[in-house]
Parts: sequence; structure tokens; C-alpha cells
Amino acid sequence: MTTYLGDVAVLARKDLLLELRSRDTVPALLLFVVSALVVFRFALPADASDLAATGLLWIAVLFTGLLALTRAFVPEREQRTLDGLVLAPCDRSAIWLGKGVSVLVFLVLVEAIALPAFALFFAPVDGPTVAAFALADVGIATVGTLLAAMAAASRARELLLPLLFLPLAIPIVVGGVGASVADDPGRYLAFLGLYDLLFAILAWATFEYVVTE
Amino acid sequence: MLVVAGVALAFFWVPTTPPPEGFRQRIFYIHVPVALTAYACFGWAAWKALRLLWTRGERYDLESYTAVHIGVIFGVLTLVTGSIWARTSWGVWWTWSERQLVLFLILFLFYSAYFMVRYSVDPGPRRANMSAVYALFGVVLIPVSVLAIRLAENLIHPVVFTRDVDENLTASQLATFVVCLLGTLALAVALYLNELTGKRLDRRLRELREAIAA
Amino acid sequence: MIRARRLERRFGDKRVIRGLDVDVERGGFLVVTGPNGSGKSTLLALVARLLAPTGGELEVEAGRGEVGYIAHEPLVYRELTALENLELYGRLYRVPERRERIGMLLERYGLWDARHERVEAFSRGMAQRLALCRALLHEPRLLLLDEPFSALDAAGAALLDGELRSAAGERTHVLATHAPERVRALATGDIALA
Repeated sequence: MTTYLGDVAVLARKDLLLELRSRDTVPALLLFVVSALVVFRFALPADASDLAATGLLWIAVLFTGLLALTRAFVPEREQRTLDGLVLAPCDRSAIWLGKGVSVLVFLVLVEAIALPAFALFFAPVDGPTVAAFALADVGIATVGTLLAAMAAASRARELLLPLLFLPLAIPIVVGGVGASVADDPGRYLAFLGLYDLLFAILAWATFEYVVTE
Repeated sequence: MLVVAGVALAFFWVPTTPPPEGFRQRIFYIHVPVALTAYACFGWAAWKALRLLWTRGERYDLESYTAVHIGVIFGVLTLVTGSIWARTSWGVWWTWSERQLVLFLILFLFYSAYFMVRYSVDPGPRRANMSAVYALFGVVLIPVSVLAIRLAENLIHPVVFTRDVDENLTASQLATFVVCLLGTLALAVALYLNELTGKRLDRRLRELREAIAA
Repeated sequence: MIRARRLERRFGDKRVIRGLDVDVERGGFLVVTGPNGSGKSTLLALVARLLAPTGGELEVEAGRGEVGYIAHEPLVYRELTALENLELYGRLYRVPERRERIGMLLERYGLWDARHERVEAFSRGMAQRLALCRALLHEPRLLLLDEPFSALDAAGAALLDGELRSAAGERTHVLATHAPERVRALATGDIALA
């Protein structure tokens, strides 16, 4: 067990280190999410409610997450290091978990900028909303990392990932927006938790098959 | 052949039972069985996918794929019949408050992406694995989406259309429904077996052709 | 150690390897030759179990942590240093006495001084030498080399020569190459792919 977690930690650390050195992804993500929010401001009619704006916040974060996922397996694909990782005797799901952790960190960084920006441009953000984003991040990272690995192995690559991801993201949006605007966010947060649990187990169990033959 | 006869029987029998609401009611007899059949197809595909990952038997790939294909056909039929029903019941071609319709829209998007995966990965063990994993995700998505749609209804505040099929089904109506259901399932099975044998023959033919050329 | 019967691998409709029989005993040295596109890399990937056969049988008596693989690319992360790369692989491959082993390999292959430099600053020869370190890090029982000499500089090639010579007989080797004369003396078997 400790070796498994050790593997995950080593892999997550590797991804974070890569990002720290190359600074490819995170700055672009931060800029993207703020730009998206500004664009949405202009896309909303003047008398739009805060609720509508909240929906758009979720969309902005979702698509930023999609961008992050599109970049997730780029080092492994370009330098073919995935082969090196797969040949190792460690559990392949550790690759998924390690990568997922790094994606999660990127998402949290994005929200650390996006939520205050949203509060500045539109309306304040409350506790349940933050909790919803935390749960949604887990969902996006777990499901998205597996799908990103699938897309990386295909010919269509960046084009394929949104197609795979968006239908699976619909429940996340429902849970997230619901928790942000409804009077009783508990139900929606519980639903997000259920989504996370079910798909995390499924992704953990099946990742092996996505990267091997 | 027997299957086609069974289906025809189902469709001819329906008009003979007394439907007080007319055309609307009859669509129900097709719409719901078609939807249930689609679920069955996706479930079957997921089962075959699981078998593929478990045993690495190559034949399961084709079986899973064919099941998804048939499932999507029935899914589209569900959307079409559902749309017709919405039109005859409430005068609109689409409504977000009809749970079945929304669910199948989501599933349609999901399983269309399945075909994109098949299309953009070269045939081989890799593609088989990925398709299988995706099919498993699909089957988990179905109940999750049902929950999500239910939760979303409170958010979107849709115009709620009253349903007029909520009365307890009479015996003959129930019987008709069951016959239609069996008929639709039988149709799905027939299409599935037909397509599967066709694809297997195709592959056999290609293998033979290659063996001769070599 | 390696046994294949009627091995086949197709990509789509194209059969890159067909009807291949392979026998390599433990400690053997198999040389694989053939023009570009004849399936040398594919065969190595099959033995490494990165690819699965689409027909025939393949048995490889080496577990997952016992195979060393040198591909066309060095399979290292460009933005990490040599040391960091080997640390990563060392942990994942559960290499005992990791630090010592890494240090020893880096020294032997002349990369000790460059150990804190990122791989993106390496020359191709240096990167390939790092790949060698990576492949040998966990003392594999089976070493698969895909045209290793093509990316190596003269010094590196000499080092690899020495390594292969000293380990031949104890470690099993499969080497794909355009220039088989180099390893002719070591070979216990050879396959020419069409």
C-alpha cells in the first residue's frame, strides 16, 4: 500500500515539477478562465440574474478544465515516456492517480483565481459553491484523466477529448450549479460526491486497460 | 423470420385494443419498449465489454460494438418517437421536462463519442480495450444521468406538462404493452445477430483474401 | 526465455509481422535485421509486451520489472534533469540501493558531471546514453535494444559494446540493428525480417 501511494506521489511530483519548469499550462489556464468570464459578462443581457451568471461560471471552469486535460498527457505522448511508465512493475492505476492529482492541483489553482474574479465581476461566492467546486474538481480530474489518456492514444487527439468528456460532465454541471444556486445545496453536493465515488472506482479499475493491450 | 412476424403482430394488435386517447396512446406502446430495448442493448454491450477486459477474448469486441450500434439505433428511435409523442401531446417537438427525452439526448451524445473512439483509433487490441472501458462508463452514466436530470428539474423550472398516461393500465393495455416490448426486444436481437454475423463474415473474408495474397 | 510461434501483428489491415517463429534461450543474443518498416521495432515492442500479438503465440519468461527497453526515443522527460529522470524510474522500478546504482551508472556512461542538467540541453548521444542508464537501472534479465548504435556517439558506442560483451551469456539480449556486423561475434541467433 505504501509503495502504491509512494508511486502516486512520485508521479504527481513529476508532473508538478514538469509544469513548474515549463510553465506551459497553468498561466494559460488562468488567463483563459478570466477571459472567459469577461466574455460571458458581455454575453449576458443587462438584467440577467446572478443565477445565470453562476451557470456561466461553471461553464468557464469546465472548459478551462478541459484545456488542462488536453495538455495532461502531452509530455508522455511527445516523448513517448508513457511506454517507460507502463513497463514499470508499478500498478498502472498509479499513473492515473498521479496524473489526476496534478490535474486537480491545476484546477484548484484555476479556481483560486476564477472564484475571486467572479465575485469581483458578478456576485459573491458562498460556502456551498466552494464545496461544490471542490467536489466537481475531483470528478473532472478522475474521469478526465482517463479520457485524456484515451484521446492521447488516438489519431484525433485534442478533438476527441471534448467529445468524450462533455456528456460525462453534464452531471457535474447539474450538481455544481445546483449546489451554487439552490436553497438546499446538500442534495446536490451529495450527488456530486456519489458521482465522484462511482466514477473514481470505475476509472481506477479500468485505467490499466486504456494504456496497455 | 419468426421475429419479424412477432413484431408485425405487435404493431397490428395495438390498434385493436381500445385506446381512449387515440394516436398519442399508441406511440406510448412503441416509445417505451424502444427505450427499454435501448437500455438492454447498452447493458449487453457493457457486459460484453466486461468479458473482453476480463478474458481478453477478441470476439467480445465485435459483440460489444454491435450491441452499442443497435443500442444507438434504438436510442435514436426513442428520441424520434418521444418527439412525436411530445408533438401530439403538447404541440412541441422537444421539451426539457420529459425525462426520457433528455436522458436519451445525453446517451446519444455519449455513444456517438463511442463511435468517434472506434473511428480514430487503429483497429487492434488497444481499440478493443478502450471501447470496452468506454462502454462501461456508459452504463454507469445511465443511472447517474437519471439522477442528474431529476435534480436538474428543480433548477430549470420547466413548464410542467401534465401526463395523461398515468391511469392504471387495463389488462388488455398491459398485455399489448408486453407484446410490444417482447416484439421490440426480439427485433433488437434479430438486428444484433444479423449485424454480428455480417461483420464476422466480412472479417473472415478479409482474412482469407489476405491469406491467398500472401 | 522467448518463444514465439506463428507470431502475427497487424495494424489495421496491414500485417507488419506474420507467421514468425522465434526461439531465444536464456542468456542468448538475438540479432534482428531488416529494412525500415520490416517490423523490427514492432517485434521488440511485442516482446516488451507494449503491444499484444494479433495472432499466434508469444511467451516471454521475464516479469514486468525484469525487462530493459531501449527504443528510438530515449523515453526520458526533457524538462527533468538526468538525475531526476533516473530517480523517477528508479523508484517506479523498485531499484534497491537506488542512489548508489544511479551514481554508478551515470559515472560509467560519462554523465555524472551533467547529472543536474535538464535533458533538453543534452546532445542526442548524451540522451541515448541516459536511455541506456535508464534501461540498465533495474538490472534487467532481458534487454531489448532498438537500433541503439544509431543515436550514440563514438564514446557511447564503445561503452555499449563493452556492456553487451560483459553481460552476454548472463543476460538475454534482443537487438535490432541496421549494422549487424558490430554484434556478429555475440549473436547466438538471428532473424532477418522482410
